[in-house]
Amino acid sequence: MSAPVTYRQPVSRLWWLKKRTYVLFVMRELSSVFVAWFVVFLMMMVFAIGRGEESYQKFMDWAASPVIVVINVVALAFSLLHTVTWFALTPQAMVVRGPGSRQVRAMKEVRVAGQWVPAATVVRVGGRLPASVVIASQYVGLVAVSAFITWLVLR
Amino acid sequence: MADSIQMHVTRYSPGDPAPTVAVYEVPARKDWAILDGLNYIKDHVDGSLSYRWSCRMGICGSCGMNVEGEPELTCATFLTDYAPGPVRVEPLSNFPIVRDLVVDIEDFMEKLPRVKPWIIRDDDVTVIDGEYLQTPEELEEYKQFSNCINCMLCYAACPIYGLEPDFIGPAAIALAERYDLDSRDRGQRERLDVLIEKEGVWGCTFVGECTRVCPKHVDPAGAIQRYKLKAATENLRAFLLPRGAR
Amino acid sequence: MTKRHVEPIVWLLFSGGGVVASVFLPILIVLFGLAIPLGWVQPEYDHLHAVVSHWLTRLVFLGLVVLMLFHWAHRFRFTLDDGLQLRSFDRPIAVLCYGGALVGSMAALLIVLTI
Repeated sequence: MSAPVTYRQPVSRLWWLKKRTYVLFVMRELSSVFVAWFVVFLMMMVFAIGRGEESYQKFMDWAASPVIVVINVVALAFSLLHTVTWFALTPQAMVVRGPGSRQVRAMKEVRVAGQWVPAATVVRVGGRLPASVVIASQYVGLVAVSAFITWLVLR
Repeated sequence: MADSIQMHVTRYSPGDPAPTVAVYEVPARKDWAILDGLNYIKDHVDGSLSYRWSCRMGICGSCGMNVEGEPELTCATFLTDYAPGPVRVEPLSNFPIVRDLVVDIEDFMEKLPRVKPWIIRDDDVTVIDGEYLQTPEELEEYKQFSNCINCMLCYAACPIYGLEPDFIGPAAIALAERYDLDSRDRGQRERLDVLIEKEGVWGCTFVGECTRVCPKHVDPAGAIQRYKLKAATENLRAFLLPRGAR
Repeated sequence: MTKRHVEPIVWLLFSGGGVVASVFLPILIVLFGLAIPLGWVQPEYDHLHAVVSHWLTRLVFLGLVVLMLFHWAHRFRFTLDDGLQLRSFDRPIAVLCYGGALVGSMAALLIVLTI
């Protein structure tokens, strides 16, 4: 019995405009472009600082030009989008265990001298921290790092 | 409330140049699901309409279709939620259409056994030796991923699966993780060999749409990201200590 | 597992870059992209030079640059593959992206060694 003639549903080139969640996803992915932009900006700045006060001043004058300021405002918006989405996804992407977890013995395969062999090992079970705790602690980290860098630069 | 609602249903016969849309008027009963609307059409209007369904209570995973562009279980989606209508019912995205609302799921059927979704052990324990013991804590570790009913809504929602048919897909990876996390299982390595390939977990860019549409709250996106971390750290260990004991 | 896989490694770099970008980038953009150029704050050049020249700053800066560039490379590669449906060109796209990140990393190394 021959296979039926199936119809392959085409995927539009603009598939990502079809759903709000897809649009948000692509915006999140595009934030990486602004990450790269600002990394290059920082490299240029550090290089200018290294070459002396005059070249540092020239760099800052360029950085203050309207086009660059607008780009950096957009970069900040995308950077915040990256931060907010990254923090929100972390508890889904990894299991963070708190004091409620405990170690149990388990039999798993482990690598010994390049070979996989069954062996007794320990795994942790239970005590998974709620997502809100994981997310909040990342924001605490963000505030701490930001405060430290601000202090470092402005003291 | 109006007493009828329009359903715009995809029709396709093998050999047609492209699918078409048929418009049907069905009673707008408050307690009817989309599936009841389809059954009404088949019973009273057009007996040739073809679609899959079985349990009508959200456990068999047969009745997945696109309703207003969103992958849904048609037995769990209510007709009057789309009032005044019309409501568009199409076959599940990203799968080839066999006929009307029936899609070809061979691809998933081929991919699922590849990840070996069963307990793998090398000791020859049989039923006579007694049962495996597992604590409630150990069960909690994988229970969520065991709720998968293979309805494939996640594959329909995943844009990567639509663009890259070789991608092994959300449900398969979630089920691999379900067995990896099961304390009775020893098959991590065998599944890793399959999933560490390019068309395994790495094609996933964590869109997260699969988790959003899953009717059983399995969270395949979470399973995939956890698997990536596990595969990457395992790979790093292999790279750094190729001969050492752990 | 004797076969060498590159995807897990680049994914780890992408993840590390994502973490540092999420935590370090906002304040860096606020300070160096807006506050200082627009004159809201005016740190002394000598102080900035001292901070930047410190060996720890050089080390951390290099680490951040490398991770964030590979974060961009990996994410942008998939954006082109999936968003613009250029997956058939994945090989050259990957070479350009990771190669670009590598070039940027080497530039950063030169910078931290010579300032």
